[in-house]
Amino acid sequence: MYAYDEIDRTLVNERVSEFRDQVKRRLSGELTEDEFKILRLQNGVYLQLHAYMFRVAIPYGTLATNQLRALAHVARKYDRGYGHFTTRQNIQFNWIKLAELPDALEDLAKVGIHAMQTSGNNMRNVTSDQWAGVAPSEIEDPRIWSELIRQHTTLHPEFSFLPRKFKIAITASDHDRAAIKIHDIGLRLIKNEKGETGFEVLVGGGLGRTPFIAKTIKHFVHGRDILSYIEAILRVYNQYGRRDNIYKARIKILVHELGIEKFSREVEDEWQHIRNSSLQIDDEVIEDIRSRFTYPAYEKLPHMPDELRQAAADPDFEAWRKNSVAPHKVQGYSIVTISLKPTGGPPGDATAEQMDALADLADKYSFGEIRVGHEQNLALPHVAKRDLPALWKALDKLGLATPNVNLITDIIACPGLDYCSLANARSIPIAQELTRRFANHELANLIGRLHINISGCINACGHHHVGHIGILGVEKNGEEVYQITIGGRADENAALGTLIGPGVKFDEVADVVEDIVEAYLALRERPEELFMDTVKRLGVEPFKERVYATR
Amino acid sequence: MTSPLEQKKIKIAGPSIVTANRTWDGIVVYRTAAKSWSADLSEAAIVRNSDEAKALLAESVADDVGAIGPYIAPVQVGADGKIEPGNLREQIRRTGVTIGQSAQA
Ligand code: HEM
Ligand code: SF4
Repeated sequence: MYAYDEIDRTLVNERVSEFRDQVKRRLSGELTEDEFKILRLQNGVYLQLHAYMFRVAIPYGTLATNQLRALAHVARKYDRGYGHFTTRQNIQFNWIKLAELPDALEDLAKVGIHAMQTSGNNMRNVTSDQWAGVAPSEIEDPRIWSELIRQHTTLHPEFSFLPRKFKIAITASDHDRAAIKIHDIGLRLIKNEKGETGFEVLVGGGLGRTPFIAKTIKHFVHGRDILSYIEAILRVYNQYGRRDNIYKARIKILVHELGIEKFSREVEDEWQHIRNSSLQIDDEVIEDIRSRFTYPAYEKLPHMPDELRQAAADPDFEAWRKNSVAPHKVQGYSIVTISLKPTGGPPGDATAEQMDALADLADKYSFGEIRVGHEQNLALPHVAKRDLPALWKALDKLGLATPNVNLITDIIACPGLDYCSLANARSIPIAQELTRRFANHELANLIGRLHINISGCINACGHHHVGHIGILGVEKNGEEVYQITIGGRADENAALGTLIGPGVKFDEVADVVEDIVEAYLALRERPEELFMDTVKRLGVEPFKERVYATR
Repeated sequence: MTSPLEQKKIKIAGPSIVTANRTWDGIVVYRTAAKSWSADLSEAAIVRNSDEAKALLAESVADDVGAIGPYIAPVQVGADGKIEPGNLREQIRRTGVTIGQSAQA
C-alpha cells in the first residue's frame, strides 16, 4: 500500500471545497455550462445519456479496503448501488446528481481518493501492472515510478493544457499486463548491464480513430533521468502537437507524421537542455517513495498446503483455480483475479454489496489490499494458498467466482449506447449475449485463451483494435452495425486486428463469433494451439470464408 | 454530440423536439410548450419546420440553469398524438439502459 503525504491530502481537500463552490455557483446560474464544463471535467464529471457520470482514479490500480468501502458507499448513497471498473484503472459512477457530487468527492477525499485528471487534456491516471509488487518475474515494483511520475505531473502547469489527453503506462515484467504499447508513453522497466534501473521508452501508441502501436524511442533511459526524458517528449509534443484538429491532436499522430527518427532527434535535443537540471532524480527521492509503499509481513508457508491438496478433488474449485489463481513472488502465496464478468452481466460492474464484501475478504485474506486491472477485473494480490478454498467459497456466494479469467467470456466492453453520449451502437448487450452463448465453462476452457473487446464507437474505449476478436459498433442508416476484426493483441507483442469483412447486425454478432470459434476449433492443429496461434499460422482468410459463406 | 452552436443550419426531416439533461441531477428532460422542462416526453413541444426548431432550441439554450446540452431530436407522432422517440438513442434515453439489470445480481 502507499501512504499519501500531507501535500497530497491538502491538495485533495482544497480541490473538494473549490468544487463545492463551483457547483453552488453553477446551480445558482452564476456560472454558465460553458464556463462550468471545464471545471467539472477537471473533477472527472462527464455528461452521459441519462445523467452525469463521475470518474474516479485508482492510481496504478492499488486500493486499500477502506478505499473500496468508500467507493461502495458512494455507489450506495449517491448512485444506483453499483460502479463500473474501466480499462484505465478508474471506476465510473453512472447516475450521480450534480448537486450531490461535492459530498461524494468529500467522502472519497477522506480516504485519499480523488478524480483529478480523469478527464481533460492533461496527464491522465498513470496506470501500471495490476500485479505490481507481487509478480514473480518482476524486476522492481513499477508503482514506485508510477507514483514519481504522478507526483511530478499532477496539476503541473505545463502539462495541464496539452494539445490532447495524455496517458502513460508502466510495466516491469516480461509479460505486459499494462498494455503499454497502446499508450501515449509506455515504459518498460529494465536493468542495464551494470544492473542499474532504467526504462525502455515507447511513444505514440493509441487506439481511437487512428490506431497505432507505440514505437521504441529509446532503448535505455536511466531511472534518474526519466522525468527529464518524459518532460522532453511532452515539450516536443506541446510545441508541435496539432491543437487545430482534435482528430490529429494525440501524440501518436505527431510521431507518425514526423517519423520516429525525427521525433526522437527533437526529443534528444530538448533532453540535452534539461537533463542535468532539477529534474534529475536524487536517490533519496526514490527511496522516500519506496519507503511509502508497504508490503505485507508474509509468513513462511509451504508451497503446497494440505487445504489446497484436498480442495483439488473438487472439479469446480479446480476450474476456478486454473483460471483465476496466478503464482506469487513469495512461496505459499498466490495472486487471485476476481472476475467481474458473470454470465449475462455487464463487464466490469460491481455492486456496493460486492465491493463491501470484497473489502472484508481482502482484510481477511489479502492484507487489506485490492487491485484493479485493465481487463475490468479486480485482484487480491497476497492470498495464502491455504486460504484459497475458503476464499473461493466466499467469492462464489457473492457471484464473484466465475471461472472465466482470460477466457472467451472475460470480455472487455465499453459502456456503449446504453450510457455513452458519443456511442453509435450498444456494447454491453453484445457482451452479455456472448457470455450466455459461451456460458458452458468446459467449452470455454476447451477454446482456451481468447480475448474479445467491444467498443460502441471509434473512440475505442473497449480496445476493440487489440482484441483477439474485436467488435466495433457503427451506425448505418439508423441501425446498429458491427465490424469484426481478428488478430489484435494488447500485450508485449501488441498488434492491430484485421477487419474480416462487411459489418453485421446486432442480432448476428454472437452467431458470427460462434462461427469464428468453430472455425478455429476445426483448424487448430492441437488443443494447445491458441486462437492467436491459429490466426498467425493461417491468417484471417479461413475465418472470413467461414463467416461470410452463409451470409 | 453536436453542440447547439454547431447546429446553426438547422434542418429537420419530420416532427422533432428539444431534449437535454436537467442541470442539478442530470436526468433526461424535454422542452415543453410552456417554456419549461419536463421528464415526460408526452409533454414535449413538437416542432415541424426549421424555423420553429431554431426558435425552440434558442429558447432552450438560453435556459442554461434549467438544463444542459439541449439539441433537436426526431420523434414520431401517432394518429392519437402519442409521441415516440425517433431513434434508438432517444429510445434508450427515454426508457433507460437495455442491459436488463442495472448491475450483476
Ligand atoms: C461514457 C463515458 C466516456 C466517454 C465520453 C469517453 C470518451 C472517450 C473519447 C472521446 C476517447 C478518444 C480520445 C482520443 O482519441 O483523443 C476515449 C478514449 C479512451 N477511453 Fe473513453 N470514454 C468514456 C468511457 C470510457 C470507459 C468506460 C472506458 C473503459 C472501459 C474508457 C476507456 C478509454 C480508453 C482506454 C481510451 C483510449 C483509447 C486510445 O488509446 O485512444 N472510456 N474515450
Ligand atoms: S468507445 Fe465510444 S461508445 Fe464506447 S465509451 Fe468510448 S466514446 Fe463511448
